[in-house]
Amino acid sequence: MASDYEDVLQKLCHHLRQLSPSDADITPRTDLIEQLAIDSVKLLNLVMEIEDEFDISVPINALADVQTVDELTNLILRIRSEAR
Amino acid sequence: MSLLDKLDAVAAARKALLPEGMDVFGIPVGQIHSTTEAEIGGRRILFLGTNNYLGLTFAPECLKAAHEALDAEGTGTTGSRMASGSYGGHRALEREFAEFYGVLSCIVFTTGYQANLATISCLAGAGDVILIDADSHASIYDGCRLSGAEIIRFRHNDMADLDKRLRRLGERSRSTLIVAEGIYSMLGDRAALADMVRLKDAYGSVLLLDEAHSLGVLGATGQGLVEETGLIEGVDFITGTFSKSLGGIGGYCISNHPQLDQLRYVSRPYIFTASPSPATIASTRAALRLLRDGTTLREQLWSNAHRLYSRLHELGYRLGPEPSPIVAAILDTPQQALALWSGLLQHGIYVNLMLPPAAPDGKSLVRCSVSAAHTRDQMDFAGRVFAELRATAMS
Repeated sequence: MASDYEDVLQKLCHHLRQLSPSDADITPRTDLIEQLAIDSVKLLNLVMEIEDEFDISVPINALADVQTVDELTNLILRIRSEAR
Repeated sequence: MSLLDKLDAVAAARKALLPEGMDVFGIPVGQIHSTTEAEIGGRRILFLGTNNYLGLTFAPECLKAAHEALDAEGTGTTGSRMASGSYGGHRALEREFAEFYGVLSCIVFTTGYQANLATISCLAGAGDVILIDADSHASIYDGCRLSGAEIIRFRHNDMADLDKRLRRLGERSRSTLIVAEGIYSMLGDRAALADMVRLKDAYGSVLLLDEAHSLGVLGATGQGLVEETGLIEGVDFITGTFSKSLGGIGGYCISNHPQLDQLRYVSRPYIFTASPSPATIASTRAALRLLRDGTTLREQLWSNAHRLYSRLHELGYRLGPEPSPIVAAILDTPQQALALWSGLLQHGIYVNLMLPPAAPDGKSLVRCSVSAAHTRDQMDFAGRVFAELRATAMS
């Protein structure tokens, strides 16, 4: 499970770096809005990229509870495991 | 952050972007001179930002019908259909809309926004899925939220992307509502309806098409994209508005599914809103007759649309993917869009300004809406002003 988490986290950070300031330090505890300035529209577009990466669909309702990189990683893991 | 602090943050963001004293998103309009001209800031301005596609807001038939209804039935119904009853005009307009489309039934709503809210929130519920185009109108997003269903976006008008998302749903695709728009309000492009109908049939889903911007605009009798494509049988529910081509205010949903009528008993936006006023219903009925017979109006509308789109394209403006009565110039930054919008107003033209997050993909739009009532001279005038402001828009 830990390796799954690391794998998803690494891929997610790759996408986040493309939307964030170049010097941004991204960790699981990083706040998407406060620290990376990912607004609601950027988040929705990011989700579309992630969906293709993991071949899942993320309902936008589920994003209401997502604030940090860790929470987004766990959401992806949960949806991926339900889809299998 | 307190409740009111959130609104202070909105005020600060607005102040940072918009010039002091300029109410871009609620411009004060003075005397209305005609369907295409009004006073703004004490000057006569060309209206190129309304959705008066067929130019019917001053049609004598509509004015006469509204005046008569006002005198006969009063200013309002003062309650919902459930509380105050269904007036003769409400029932007649529903029959006329159903007959216009050749379908079983129609429900009329007080606004177009409410038509989507009421219909979508009742068709899908908890445990169901709604697949919506990424560029969907706010009324579609809000209807989805009210439904409690899972909401999944597909890339704008990308049918391979829709296919992929339906496949991922597996058996759940059979309890999925797909929502699209006949003409999309931001860039004026049409839905890829043939592929969408094929997909919804293949996956056993239900399809709702919002014809808000295409009613009166597309098809021989103005039904919308369903008529232009001959695909009305493939669409389960059609919603639309009276506030664009019909020149009034209100909305509708039509369907061949007999279950549509049950919305009257479960749809909170329908049950708990006052019904449309008699004058509104009367002018809409008159406008619907003009719309059906409006071949010449549609020809004028499309001639104007092609003329403006071609001119802006020649000038090097980035536009939506196809000519349409919605001609939207795409700008990279809100500042560029604001400069173009302000320049147009200073030159005597009012258009719509769309900034993120309302505009798609983080871009900003200066959106023109063309009318059948615009003259060729007015279109050429707009072309000259856009030419003069090209450098402003690109800097």
